[in-house]
Amino acid sequence: MAAESQATAPGAQSGGPSHGLRIFLIWLVVSLAADLLIWFALGPHLPPGTMSSSATEEQGAIKLMAVMSAPVVVFVIAFFCYALIVWRQREGDEEDGPPLRGHARVQTIWIAGTSVIVLALAVFGTVSLVTSHGAGAGEGPAPIWSPPGAELTAAQQTAPWAPGKPLVVQVIGQQWRFTYRYPQFGGFETTELMLPQGQWAQFNVTSLDVIHSFWAYQLGVKADANPNVDNVAYTKPEHVGPFTVRCAELCGLWHGAMFDYGKVMTVPQFQAWAGATKASLADVTRLLPAFATTYDPTVIPAFRSGPVMKKLGLTSAGGFFYPPEDPVQP
Amino acid sequence: MAIETEPGTIQHPGGGQPGAAGQVRAWWMRPGILTAVAGAAVGYAFGHWLGNYLASGYPNLLLSDNSDTPIVIGYVFMVIGWLIGLGVFNDLFNQMRGKRLVDYEFRNGADTGLARYFRFTLDHKVVGIQYLVGMVIYFCTAGLFAMAIRTELLSPVHHVFSSSVYVEIVGEHGTMMMMLMTSVILGPFGNYLVPLMIGSKRVAFPRLEALSFWLTPLAFLILLSAILLGGFHMGWTGYASLSVQDASGVDAYAFAFGLMGISIILAGFNILITVICYRAPGMRWSRLPMFVWGLLGTAVMMTLAGPILVGAMYMLLSDRTAQTAFFAARLGGSTYLWQDLFWFFGHPEVYILALPGFGIVLELLPVFCRKPLFGYKVAAAGIIGVTLLSFFVWQHHLFNSGIDPDMRPLFMLTTELISIPTGFIFLVGMGTLWKAKIRFTVPMLFCLAFFWNFLIGGITGVFLSDVPADTTEHGSFFSMAHFHYTIMGGLIFAFMAGCYYWLPKMLGIKLNETLGKVQFWLMFLAFNSTFLPLFAVGLAGQPRRVFTYARNLQTLNDWVSISAFFLGFSILLFVINFVWSTVVTREPEVGNPWQSRGLEWQTSSPPPAHNFDHVPVVLSDPYEYGVKDGPPVADLNPPPGVLTAAFSAPESARAEA
Repeated sequence: MAAESQATAPGAQSGGPSHGLRIFLIWLVVSLAADLLIWFALGPHLPPGTMSSSATEEQGAIKLMAVMSAPVVVFVIAFFCYALIVWRQREGDEEDGPPLRGHARVQTIWIAGTSVIVLALAVFGTVSLVTSHGAGAGEGPAPIWSPPGAELTAAQQTAPWAPGKPLVVQVIGQQWRFTYRYPQFGGFETTELMLPQGQWAQFNVTSLDVIHSFWAYQLGVKADANPNVDNVAYTKPEHVGPFTVRCAELCGLWHGAMFDYGKVMTVPQFQAWAGATKASLADVTRLLPAFATTYDPTVIPAFRSGPVMKKLGLTSAGGFFYPPEDPVQP
Repeated sequence: MAIETEPGTIQHPGGGQPGAAGQVRAWWMRPGILTAVAGAAVGYAFGHWLGNYLASGYPNLLLSDNSDTPIVIGYVFMVIGWLIGLGVFNDLFNQMRGKRLVDYEFRNGADTGLARYFRFTLDHKVVGIQYLVGMVIYFCTAGLFAMAIRTELLSPVHHVFSSSVYVEIVGEHGTMMMMLMTSVILGPFGNYLVPLMIGSKRVAFPRLEALSFWLTPLAFLILLSAILLGGFHMGWTGYASLSVQDASGVDAYAFAFGLMGISIILAGFNILITVICYRAPGMRWSRLPMFVWGLLGTAVMMTLAGPILVGAMYMLLSDRTAQTAFFAARLGGSTYLWQDLFWFFGHPEVYILALPGFGIVLELLPVFCRKPLFGYKVAAAGIIGVTLLSFFVWQHHLFNSGIDPDMRPLFMLTTELISIPTGFIFLVGMGTLWKAKIRFTVPMLFCLAFFWNFLIGGITGVFLSDVPADTTEHGSFFSMAHFHYTIMGGLIFAFMAGCYYWLPKMLGIKLNETLGKVQFWLMFLAFNSTFLPLFAVGLAGQPRRVFTYARNLQTLNDWVSISAFFLGFSILLFVINFVWSTVVTREPEVGNPWQSRGLEWQTSSPPPAHNFDHVPVVLSDPYEYGVKDGPPVADLNPPPGVLTAAFSAPESARAEA
């Protein structure tokens, strides 16, 4: 390339100060300090904490990426600050700068360097996605990174739960709250989310109306709730305590108020709670549709006549499929 | 390819033969904004009646809660009436009637005065100014919605708006910013400057260009009309099935967005063909200004992504009116279909908003560094790379949505690959600063701020692309702060740089520099003070688009809101500076205040009606600063015969010089 062959090597001009070396030294010191601070001081406090296996994984990912990106940020900022101070136009200097049009080695190093960093990040992300069993994100109806022993068939999901087996919790998003169904405990449905400590939890997230997103913040779980879709996410709560659940996908008027609190408890506490709730809700559970991965809210088994919308005679695509869920200011 | 060597013949308003006197109509009959408004009003009334007529007899259409069918058909005829009123179809009908058309060149020369800015005009310089004023109005309106959002978020318990009004405001802000700001640089600066920068007297399709502008005011008004129809409560992304069940405001949202989709296809297509076919002799691809490269990439994305948007909006409207079920899961549709279609447009869209910024910054840096651009080919490769990759990353918006999990490593990889070409832009910027003689003018300050903002925006984008980290960050204020850093911190800062740099060219008027510097510092500090804390707010667990939040986040939210008010004030300062300088002081600027080598600065300011008296012969790229005895950028008065020679053998142009 004719234009780039006339380039001079940065910093190679004899006589002048070695700008490259100065910038390198500033970069080395500042980025080392930044990385140490991030790893040791900031790292342990980074969200979303270490309450569950997936939260720990996410904290690790955020920490590692912060450590990797800090030197990049420091390099660019150090270079800009240095350039703006040293190479600013002096009073009365109307001359143009040196006509440097490029530098083949610098460009090659830059392109190779950024490519290596980027590919390394992609490999890291993929590995941590697999080892952490999906990192708490919704994997859709056919998860490929399930934890050992996770059951998927409906029949297995409704078999009674015992410690050591993954706990199946169905998260049902609806405007504007989440309800939780425990198929391994007779399929009761409650507004309280309780999880046993140290046991894998399998969230089967679905929706009755529009798209919601089940975000258990401290557990590092986020999975969209789509109507007619079973979206599976895994996590293993490690510590006892409360956590926040928020809807993370705009779902209408009261999206902002769609939150509740869950709790991680010890296994005996959980079993006691589940047993008591199952008994107290038995009358309600009998009226609910049988446990399934998704639900059609227009079909209510208590009305034996069939789909609710039948009364208008409009059930097909020519029909009128949303009216009962129209958002009305409560 | 026809390059006019002589000025085109004058076209008279109202038509007529070339050279014939224009047909003079009474003032209220002249095609213009008044007749357009009248046409729109009549059109809507007719369409609404027609919609009711068509829907009658179909109880399911009439029962579709809020008479969506008449509203949508009303909008269709409103657009048709508006365009008839503007006189968009006049030439078309004349041609169909076999009349000999007046020359297809722009109407420059014949049409002067303020009134031409309110007409359907074919002069790319007038369209550029129309776009500029329009974009500033749209941006300020959408900015007011942002102020309202931050007012509501001052407190988690005391509410200024109801939850319904709040979500409406969020939707209006997001949609207006994303859909109307799509052409914020391509519209004003692209249409005005691309022909000047490539040495052309015109754009390829002046009618499409003008039409692309005249659809925007209507899209703006239709989007605002959503408020009268009960608003829409699903944000700018309009996820189905919420958008199918929501109130009639969604009709306005979908129609306006689709209309804007047509506008960006037209605007992009015009620039694309202009750059390919209307370059002056000697303007090789290796000499194309970086701004034109940036717009070329933008135009490719607009032309290819726009149709997906129009199609998606059409499907949404037919779900709402004709009761189809594209997005209704229970009836065989899919909510993922909308997400895929929307983001297949939406992700190129965010690069449509980034690339013109790259172009402006790389164009301006050499001027104020007084050095050639470092690594021209790397810069062009960066722009091309972003353009191509932009179509392969959309599913990173669906990481948690329950898509096929196999897709996630793939889209993580493609998303992270984007940082390679964007890294090129930083390499080029930093190489250009190396041993430069940096002049701290107002446009340069905005360019430097662009790098700061885009650095933060880009790095946080890498955090979001990693699936495990994204589980926490997705849908939170973290991602919201990220895209405000890339779009507002990137695009709008570059837009400001462009305004301060090119307005003297476009208007022949200086902008006040002191006020400009005050505005820059206020905007830069307030911007960072607004959006930097929002990363922390997001990581602390605050989802987007909520009217209430955890109590312990109130201090941070208040800090952000107060900074946002300062940010709003800094935009107001820009408007004040603009009005003060162009209306009150009107200090003329005729020359080349930045000593730029850009071809657009080699003509007078503002440029003459036909840009160049003769088609220039380009001799070098516009960045040869500091080259001793270098050639001028172009020969503006080439000797006769040189053009013919240029077409027969491209190298001969150089030999003659």
